[in-house]
Amino acid sequence: MDMLVMFIEFFKTGLFAIGGGLATLPFLYDIADKYEWFSRDVISDMIAISESTPGPIGVNMATYAGFTSFGLGGALLSTLGLVLPSIIVIIIVANFLNKFKENKIVQASFYGLRPAVTALIAIAGVEVFKESILSVEAFKQTHNILSLFNLSACTLFIVLLLINMKWKPHPLVIIVIAAIVGVVFKF
Amino acid sequence: MKKRGKKVDFKLLLELYIAFFKVGAITFGGGYAMLPMLQKELADKKKWTTNEDLLDYFAVGQCTPGVIAVNTATFIGYNLAGVLGAFVAVLGMVSPSLIIISIIAKFVTQFSHLEWIQNAFSGIRVAVAVLVLQAVIKMWKSGIKDKIGAVVFLITFSVCLLFSFSPVYIVIAAIVFGIAVKKFFTDKNNNSEGEVK
Repeated sequence: MDMLVMFIEFFKTGLFAIGGGLATLPFLYDIADKYEWFSRDVISDMIAISESTPGPIGVNMATYAGFTSFGLGGALLSTLGLVLPSIIVIIIVANFLNKFKENKIVQASFYGLRPAVTALIAIAGVEVFKESILSVEAFKQTHNILSLFNLSACTLFIVLLLINMKWKPHPLVIIVIAAIVGVVFKF
Repeated sequence: MKKRGKKVDFKLLLELYIAFFKVGAITFGGGYAMLPMLQKELADKKKWTTNEDLLDYFAVGQCTPGVIAVNTATFIGYNLAGVLGAFVAVLGMVSPSLIIISIIAKFVTQFSHLEWIQNAFSGIRVAVAVLVLQAVIKMWKSGIKDKIGAVVFLITFSVCLLFSFSPVYIVIAAIVFGIAVKKFFTDKNNNSEGEVK
């Protein structure tokens, strides 16, 4: 029964996450809040894992949630839930590909959709930022604005941002640097 | 373009599975990063599709629900071998993820209590914050072309920051808004053009 609920949740994610890449992210946070399958922390870890292993994050997250909750069968079922809407929609679209691309309504929907999806992912970014750089607990205890910021994490954030802007390395490089800094400086 | 026969061609299905398994196994990051890979494997080597068709699949894959990689696999699999071909291609594409993540999931649950692993992931989360910020900037540049777009972004952002909504409603509202605005403006433009003439 729980497996069926998980299938439906990932089916919904597959159906409404439009635009690829991190578009599944807001849906994954929504699932994390509603169910016990994985926590918000795990999503951040999964972004890193997805950037450093092959495969899209949506598929990876569905696999992870299914596997940890219900084993290999769960992994297969939740991944199927995620990809099924794509398969159905594309098979329909494949029959009138050119009309679909030039359709005014399709183009008009994207006019509203793109900024909204960008905002949704930005919200997900705020979550990641809160978890990784701010120490809300310490702030609640001391009420000192300085203690809100985890200084070493802030420094790492700025350095990584600069590296990223200057050399545009593969995401894997950024992740490996961050992991080493985390271990060496005991984050 | 469509070579769908009545008999099930198992050899072709196996070839499809293996080709997409390969693509799935070596494309990191997804999205446009995998386009060159698809071009090499599917257009140059297998001649299953052309570079132009691939670009079309990508464009449509971006504006239909779901993961772009999966959408592209469905297109090619369906055109070559029908509905079964679509499923086989997608299965090939997601198989590497299924294997790798299942192993990682096992590993993470067994070793996650180790201190150095926790430290590594705390560091990695900072990197993730950088990567997400970069993705947002990229999307802003490609998706927000005018003031209305920026306003939609700001409203969605503030509403989601203050209240927790299911993203499903946001997506539906944004689509309806887009259609409404475009309809309103094209009608207005048509009218004003009419007046000028």
